[in-house]
Amino acid sequence: MSYEESGGRLYGLMAEFDSPGPLIAATRAVRERGYRDLDAYAPYPIEELAHAAGHHRSRLPLLVLIGGVVGAIVGFGLQYWVSVIEYPLNVGGRPLNSWPAFIPVTFEMTILFAALVAVLGMLALNGLPMPYHPVFNSPRFSFASRDRYFLVIEAQDPAFDPDETRRLLSGLGAAEVSEVEY
Amino acid sequence: MRDHRTRDPKPERDAAASRPAGESSPFWRSLDELAGSDAFLDTLEREFPRQAVPLGEGVDRRRFLQLMGGSLALGGLGACTRQPLETIVPYVRQPEEIVPGKPLYFATAATLGGYATGVLVESHMGRPTKIEGNPQHPASLGATDVLTQASVLDLYDPHRSQAVRHLGRIRTWSAFVDSLATALGAQEGTAGAGLRILTETVTSPTLAAQMDAVRQRFSRARWVQYDPAGRHLARAGARAAFGSWAEVHYDLSRARVILALDCDLLAGEPGSVRYARQFAQWRRVWERREMNRLYAVESTPTPTGTLADHRLRLRPERIEALALALAAEMGLGATPPAGLDRQLGTWARAVAQDLLRHPGESLVVAGEWTSPELHVLAHAMNQRLGNFGSTVHATAPVAAAPSDQIADLAALADDLRQGRVEVLLILGGNPVYDAPADLGFADALRHEEARLRIHYGLVENETSAYCHWHIPATHYLEAWGDARAFDGTVTIQQPLIEPLYGSRSPHELLAIVEGRPGALGYDIVREHWLPQLGSEAAWRRALHEGTVPDTALPAAGAAAGGAVAAAVQRLSERVASPAAEYTLLFRPDPTLWDGRFAGNAWLQECPKPFTKLTWDNALLVSPATARQLGIDEQRTGRNRDRHPMVRVTVGASYLEVPVWITPGQADGAVTLHLGHGRTRGGPVAEGHGFDAYRLRTRQGLWQQRGVSLQPTGEAYALASTQGHFSMENRHLVREATVAEYADNPGFVHAHVHAPDEEMTLYPKWEYAGYAWGMGIDLSSCTGCNACVVACQSENNIAVVGKEQVLAGREMHWLRIDQYFKGPSADEPEGVYNQPVPCMHCETAPCEVVCPVAATVHSDEGLNDMVYNRCVGTRYCSNNCPYKVRRFNFYKFSDWQTESLKLQRNPDVSVRFRGVMEKCTYCVQRINHARIAAGREDRSIADGEIQTACQQACPTGAIVFGDINDASTEVARWKAQPLDYGLLEDVNTRPRTTYMGRIRNPNPELEA
Amino acid sequence: MTDGPDPRHFRPDVVERVPVLAPGHTPASVTDQISAVVLSGTPRWFYPAFGAAFMLLMVLMFALAKLFFEGTGVWGINQPVGWGFAIINFVWWVGIGHAGTLISAILLLLRQDWRTSINRFAEAMTLFAVACAGLFPLIHVGRPWLAYWMLPYPNTMGMWPQFRSPLVWDVFAVSTYAIVSLLFWYVGLIPDLATLRDRSQKPRARILYGMAAMGWRNSAKHWHEHEVASLLLAGLATPLVLSVHSVVSFDFAVGVIPGWHATIFPPYFVAGAIFAGFAMVLTLTIPLRTLFRLEDFITQRHLQNMGKVMLATGLIVVYGYAIEIFTAWYSANPFEWYVVTNRFGGPYKYHYTALIVCNVLAPQALWLRGVRSSAIGLWAVAMFVNVGMWLERFVIVVTSLHRDFLPSSWGMYHGTIWDWATFLGSIGLFLSLLFLFIRFIPMISIFEMRTLLPEARMEERE
Repeated sequence: MSYEESGGRLYGLMAEFDSPGPLIAATRAVRERGYRDLDAYAPYPIEELAHAAGHHRSRLPLLVLIGGVVGAIVGFGLQYWVSVIEYPLNVGGRPLNSWPAFIPVTFEMTILFAALVAVLGMLALNGLPMPYHPVFNSPRFSFASRDRYFLVIEAQDPAFDPDETRRLLSGLGAAEVSEVEY
Repeated sequence: MRDHRTRDPKPERDAAASRPAGESSPFWRSLDELAGSDAFLDTLEREFPRQAVPLGEGVDRRRFLQLMGGSLALGGLGACTRQPLETIVPYVRQPEEIVPGKPLYFATAATLGGYATGVLVESHMGRPTKIEGNPQHPASLGATDVLTQASVLDLYDPHRSQAVRHLGRIRTWSAFVDSLATALGAQEGTAGAGLRILTETVTSPTLAAQMDAVRQRFSRARWVQYDPAGRHLARAGARAAFGSWAEVHYDLSRARVILALDCDLLAGEPGSVRYARQFAQWRRVWERREMNRLYAVESTPTPTGTLADHRLRLRPERIEALALALAAEMGLGATPPAGLDRQLGTWARAVAQDLLRHPGESLVVAGEWTSPELHVLAHAMNQRLGNFGSTVHATAPVAAAPSDQIADLAALADDLRQGRVEVLLILGGNPVYDAPADLGFADALRHEEARLRIHYGLVENETSAYCHWHIPATHYLEAWGDARAFDGTVTIQQPLIEPLYGSRSPHELLAIVEGRPGALGYDIVREHWLPQLGSEAAWRRALHEGTVPDTALPAAGAAAGGAVAAAVQRLSERVASPAAEYTLLFRPDPTLWDGRFAGNAWLQECPKPFTKLTWDNALLVSPATARQLGIDEQRTGRNRDRHPMVRVTVGASYLEVPVWITPGQADGAVTLHLGHGRTRGGPVAEGHGFDAYRLRTRQGLWQQRGVSLQPTGEAYALASTQGHFSMENRHLVREATVAEYADNPGFVHAHVHAPDEEMTLYPKWEYAGYAWGMGIDLSSCTGCNACVVACQSENNIAVVGKEQVLAGREMHWLRIDQYFKGPSADEPEGVYNQPVPCMHCETAPCEVVCPVAATVHSDEGLNDMVYNRCVGTRYCSNNCPYKVRRFNFYKFSDWQTESLKLQRNPDVSVRFRGVMEKCTYCVQRINHARIAAGREDRSIADGEIQTACQQACPTGAIVFGDINDASTEVARWKAQPLDYGLLEDVNTRPRTTYMGRIRNPNPELEA
Repeated sequence: MTDGPDPRHFRPDVVERVPVLAPGHTPASVTDQISAVVLSGTPRWFYPAFGAAFMLLMVLMFALAKLFFEGTGVWGINQPVGWGFAIINFVWWVGIGHAGTLISAILLLLRQDWRTSINRFAEAMTLFAVACAGLFPLIHVGRPWLAYWMLPYPNTMGMWPQFRSPLVWDVFAVSTYAIVSLLFWYVGLIPDLATLRDRSQKPRARILYGMAAMGWRNSAKHWHEHEVASLLLAGLATPLVLSVHSVVSFDFAVGVIPGWHATIFPPYFVAGAIFAGFAMVLTLTIPLRTLFRLEDFITQRHLQNMGKVMLATGLIVVYGYAIEIFTAWYSANPFEWYVVTNRFGGPYKYHYTALIVCNVLAPQALWLRGVRSSAIGLWAVAMFVNVGMWLERFVIVVTSLHRDFLPSSWGMYHGTIWDWATFLGSIGLFLSLLFLFIRFIPMISIFEMRTLLPEARMEERE
């Protein structure tokens, strides 16, 4: 059946595979065909799949580096400001800026900031948290977290044509191709 | 106001009765109250019971609260301080550089056994809070002993008796006056044949005059004096030596060689505070090249012994033998006793030679504990050495009516038994508790013939239980009076506060017996002195100075030779007779004295010299004796505080006491301190320690020869604040002989190297203005504890109770470490006292580790403690190499009891649970001085600030001041090569440093 | 101590071939079997076990009430021993935490697959141990209600914490450690929460797990960022975990007290931490893997490797003890040397001897393959180490303090009943949290187990 007959708006086509190999191949194939708005799903991370789906370098490491640097500056800055400028005290005859004693806190702050950026960054880049997503409308999709492998091509893709794409996917060895609606 | 009237209406009413018409009693709710009828008072008593906090074993914290526990009867008293009616004269002319601080200071005198010590009392808005010595008083010279320091707490003791009681029920003063007047009326017929007045030793001229007046009225009345720890034997010795009652006092400023025969010359004699100061002048080698020499022969360690250049531990019998040997050496017609071992002989010879080499500059003293014969001998030796007039002064007796007190008391007991006593007035004292056991005084008191037995005292004690009436006494800070010092100098005591409980002074009580009831103490004392002083100006001057001019007793004749032969004879006989295995020695307790201070929590918790015991007494035995008794095993772990008990048997009576093994104690002689084991006298006094009086007899006042000791197999927990008395070969107290010092003045730095100033990552912190520092002279510290209690009363330091001391949680900011030196505990080569306050390290380890900056340095180098900021991690205390920090594990301070609030020093905050505290160098005094100097736009002068410990120290072993100013005394001390820092190798840069200890041994004995 | 070596294991090849995942598993079987632990009903033994742990937790609550009401004095601490059980327990718990981070972070960086089946559990253990640890610095202060003054904020007087104090470093180190461990743990959990969301039948569970999974879709993009993030976190957690126990050791090393003032402390504390941590992991996994029949996932191989790590770190700890004694002697510092002699001969010599037996002698049994491969043997050694590491902290804290510089202020320390109640109570807190965890969260990382499967690896090799 075609999507005109069906009720809701079409999100995309979902191809289900029962092993990772075909999925990777299929993903490569559709990208060569010029599809861009697609995503592949597997129960565990597969590096080739990521490359095939066009995810190469992550921006996360850079963000984390920046986070760490900021943490270091904030950490030492706070201690220096408090001990030298804001509330200078003679503590055991040590100088106001006893920098060696400030190292541990500086270090911990570096790690803390970097780690926070790493996690929040990862979520942000993945667009999480995401309370709702159409793929979950597909009854089969819950097996993506067990032992099934999926490739979804979104309807908004300029190259998308319901029948064309469906044919293509089935041709690539999908066990089953289904429509995913909003 | 209303509140406390209802709680305690009596004083008002009586005051109304006894005051001039102008003064009327303020509030009253009912006619009953106004009339103060007995019925009404009983209601009150039932409605507002005293002793609000019940006793009984509770949680530790509870236990502590019990100790200082509040008596609600005080109610609102805290709110209103009560100024005396009469004009008293403030100590206006604060001598330059002596008395610090803003509050008013009044001169008066504290007495012990009748002997006065002149004091200045710090008064905050009418509340006496702190006792200092009166620099102008001969017995004080500005310092005080530990007992005087603590005496202010007795004034505010919540367990003082607060009401006139008849058979336990509250009565009015007038009711008492009536019944006494009636009884006296009945006596008039027989000229007072049935009247007896029992007092402690009286030196008060006024009271003596009143006694004469009483004798006028009742010629056959008898006046008995009794002091359990009085100078009975010394008095008897002097009487024998001089042919009549006489007093002997010494001048150590002239004595180059001193021999103390079982005498605590520097801490136990009436003039000791003065003696200690004079003695210490001779020990500061860096100030005056020459040094005096002290020989001490003693059977139980004393503060004097710790400073001796030669200390000989002998049991009393052998001390007498040694004395004979000395007498022989000096040609006093004695023969050295047979069987005197050679070592002792050579010792006697060397000492005798040394003494003879210094005629007129030497001194021989015999202690109160030694026999009258030994006193005679000592006087004879001084005579032979020509010391009379220079180092020894014999005067007329200081006691107003010297007497053989023991005999008199025995006579009184006898009279009671025979029913010859009808009216007995016990004016102070506690004979039921402290009379010699063989008098059976308590039983004697029970006889019905004594129809009226009156006890007058600060607390309801064992004796008041045997009397019909109990009359609350005035504290010396509450009443007018007078007393003589060891040299006879009179001080007129002026009250600093109206009696807290409306009690009457002894003078006022005696006035009733004289037949002039209602006379005021002020008038009585003034009437006595005004004629002698001549003018109002002179009166005011006497009050203001704290001494009455020219009242020191003139020197009397020297010793009569006759007595010596007899004494030698008696001694020789005693020495010849075989010595018993064990001799039991009684001594006044270093902190409780004869028991009169047992209710004083400061003194109960003050660590006693040599044992550092608190809250208990123990039988002091030498290690050898302990081995002999088979109780010398080491206790470790949880049992280390449990000490074996022995049964001490004297004749028919016995006492079971725990044993404390004391190095320096003479073998075979065991010591038990008096004053413990009170059964009545408030929760602080009761149930602590063991009552030595039960073993004390007329013959054996200070020594019981031939006692037997049996270990009972039981153990008793003793709370000592120091667990370890060996220096473990660590260079804590550094010592040399005067000769070694001459060769190498810097010997103190020989063994330890302090890291030099530049050995650090960090730049040195500069102190521009004042830099406070302290110096402590180890050569002159006797370990008398005056500084410890001074610190406690100045800084509102809490008392924690025995359980907490056992847990290791005592709060004293200043402690006196005591170490015994030498390979074996049997023969300690020396005993060392080391006062340890906060060192105020320039590189304080405590500050660096505090997470909240609750302890930081001031810009004058003080290691400040910010109580409000402290969260109580105790990290600072862990990291303090000196362990001088103290932590409030519980709410140790008493925040409830009103009377104790009155005592607190308002310049020092009272600490709460969970915060750290420690010595502050008396920062409040520093700030007072800074403000004063600021107002006069000058800098703080040297000596203007005295820390509490420094001010109290009899020997002046502590100096304090600005170390940035080279001219200050402390700076001069620190410039000496003798000056060293404790644990300086830890690189803490302490501001408190010590002067190495110097001994001046006799070369002949060193070899 | 251990049951005799099992002859079966004397042929090395047999042992070496013990796999990290039993053969015959498929993504489906792995997924179903592990999620079943959570999704199928509560096992019968759970209630008594959790009940017991909860009772202990109540003991803790009571001890704390007593403590807050009356004051720190209810404990045995005094002058000179200002720190007692509280700090001992603090260091002990923090140490236990370390194994988790080590397994999840360092072994991840080292690409040790065998970590996969135990890292989730170990990380959870880390979290709960750190929670217990964090409790003690807060309650041990004299005025616990003001403990927050140690946090970096200005009070009404504008005062800040004192950053030169190791206790402030602790605040930063431990809280950072807690936060990072929590994040790391949660990041690893997201895909599995998604799995549970998809597997569970009960609607409420679906919703809860779904919310926790934040909409994870197992997309290639997700996996990609997720892997990068995991590696970065591992890279951050590794220096962090090393720093945390170093900082804890500074609490002592920065002090001037003989026995504390030693530069060896940081490395040997860290080694000790991992030592103790693995001991605790073994103590817990050995019974649990049997209870939940997870022998397929937690195999001989895991137990043996953990045994080896314990042996290695144990030897470092032994070296630490030895070098402490050596430096004390070599420094010729009388105070330091006295600490050593006092440990051997002083009033706490029995504690020290017990410590040597538990931490030095017992672990040597791990040289024997028989012990390493016998669950009971390993468990016994682990218990010895748990006790030994607690004793080690006791010896460090107490024996150094009770006799430091001035003999006059020497003292003794004994824990009171309230010290013990607080200690046992903290174990109750730990176990309660742990039981809740294994009941509601997969204690083995499902998605990582999937990556161990042949098909997953085959892909990687392509």
